[in-house]
Amino acid sequence: MSISLLLEMAVSADPDRVAVVSESARYTTAELNALADAGAGVINETGARSVAYVGMGGDMLPLLLFSAARAGQPFAPLNYRLSGQALRELIARLPQPLVVVDKEYLDLIGEVGDLGGGGIDSDTFCARARTTAPAVQWPDPDDVAVVLFTSGTTSAPKAVELTHNNLTSYVTGTVEFGSAEPQDAALICVPPYHIAGVGAALSNLYAGRKSVYLRRFSAAEWVRLVTTEAVTTATVVPTMLERIVSELEAHPTPLPTLRNLAYGGSKVALPLVRRALDLLPEVGFVNAYGLTETSSTVAVLTPEDHRTAYESSDDDVRKRLGSVGRPVPGIEVVIRDDEGRPVAAGVPGELFVRGEQVSGTYTGIGSVLDADGWFPTRDLAVLDSEGYLFIVGRSDDTIIRGGENIAPAEIEDVLVEHPEVREVAVVGAPDPEWGQIIVACVVPAPGAAPQPDALREYVRQQLRGSRTPDRIVFRPELPTTPTGKVLRRELVSELTEALQTVQAEGAQ
Amino acid sequence: MIKSGTRLKSQVCDTQVIVVKTADSLDELRAGGAPMVPLEDSVAGGATLDPAFAGGAVMGKRYVDDAGAEVLVTKAGAGTLSIGNVPMTIKEAKPLPASD
Repeated sequence: MSISLLLEMAVSADPDRVAVVSESARYTTAELNALADAGAGVINETGARSVAYVGMGGDMLPLLLFSAARAGQPFAPLNYRLSGQALRELIARLPQPLVVVDKEYLDLIGEVGDLGGGGIDSDTFCARARTTAPAVQWPDPDDVAVVLFTSGTTSAPKAVELTHNNLTSYVTGTVEFGSAEPQDAALICVPPYHIAGVGAALSNLYAGRKSVYLRRFSAAEWVRLVTTEAVTTATVVPTMLERIVSELEAHPTPLPTLRNLAYGGSKVALPLVRRALDLLPEVGFVNAYGLTETSSTVAVLTPEDHRTAYESSDDDVRKRLGSVGRPVPGIEVVIRDDEGRPVAAGVPGELFVRGEQVSGTYTGIGSVLDADGWFPTRDLAVLDSEGYLFIVGRSDDTIIRGGENIAPAEIEDVLVEHPEVREVAVVGAPDPEWGQIIVACVVPAPGAAPQPDALREYVRQQLRGSRTPDRIVFRPELPTTPTGKVLRRELVSELTEALQTVQAEGAQ
Repeated sequence: MIKSGTRLKSQVCDTQVIVVKTADSLDELRAGGAPMVPLEDSVAGGATLDPAFAGGAVMGKRYVDDAGAEVLVTKAGAGTLSIGNVPMTIKEAKPLPASD
């Protein structure tokens, strides 16, 4: 099944429904359909074999996503925050790309002419899509529809290939067609190069829900749009959630239309979830867990799960507020030990997932699925007795101190509850005696000046002694990707440099 | 056996489907009482909607049979989807909250 068909179905059900709103642009399903057909004509004329996009998204995302699909070519939205050099390197990895660039970024990647004639600015693409004859092909369901580069927090960016089948399996498996109410509107502020951005463009169209785009996130603008566009559902990454909650605490604003607020993309600290639940008791919160390689969401903690966990007096149930819920239909999960054997409930190990929406294929590497179709997420996880999934951290982030494996999240979950701690990341720094030592990088709460020994003692009281941080360092903020993933590698290299300086000075 | 991903249309109404999960039973797939044909085929005409199979195919619903076949309605129509004379049934899905 091609993602093109999702748009065709939306038109068939209601051609006059407003599907996309982005600043002054408003498109009905029929208008989006006509633009995608003609956009395919524009792509065809260039002879391109892939379509790259450098820009902030908005209506350009669904327009290019469906134009590329109608042209039968893969679409690769790129991270516009990267340097020009990094962008050119990614573009060079795509087959004969047509590069579509928002005006603001033309200078960044150099004149479009430098890309071998395969460049066009977004406005010109849209203008030509109004005058070009349609040229529609039906791709094979196993053709690549979307290429997304991983953020590269642990290694060089990998190009994840998502086929039409992966994406349509995800959408048709998790969304009931036309299930939205006529007045429903989704506010989309995740960036276009993130899997949630691609997922949002497809899911909301299929559900029959108007997509309202916020291209440049600010909490105040987000709150304004929820009000003016009568937004009913929205998805944010943790950093955005923190800013929205702070904005609403500072300037209380009723959001009567908002029914569902989904968060995901990286781990959300529990104190923030509780703040959000207390502030917006009428809103249903959704924690979505997924990876680029799995075509977005594979597990969901529903609004009911949130309420039940928050109100329960049973510790096991309360803990689920920090879980990512249960697998979506069509997804199987298993947790395996180091030897690849499935483990029992309550025992941590590596999470494997399987299902039609799972790609696990990278350009130049091929498929990393095992013989039975399981994808290794490299996330450490644990299932409870009721099948709720808890993500403990990345297996690459595991600290090995004196031969003992330590998951940073275990220590972070404790420290972040300390009143004087705003944010924390725990990493392993190289150490001649222990191999690695545990370093907690702490961002103090506003106005607080916590004592390192007091924080160490706080951890020691709640966890085993071997989990006590060897060192506490304070920072004004943590380095993160634009979507809120902590760049642990950067913390480690800064710490390593600092330690070497200390050792060098000591030797003098 | 029909390949998963194949698009089919009715000869007697507007109904179109795509095969989500294939099974041998789909060789007998009908809409409105007449066999469904590949989307790109031209329809000979002459066949008419059987009033006994005029319950309609609902847009965006998945229909299943006992043999494990599953089709998704990509265009609504007046005819009932059936395997031979046995109507297919709508697969009810547990609603999930919007997550992206």
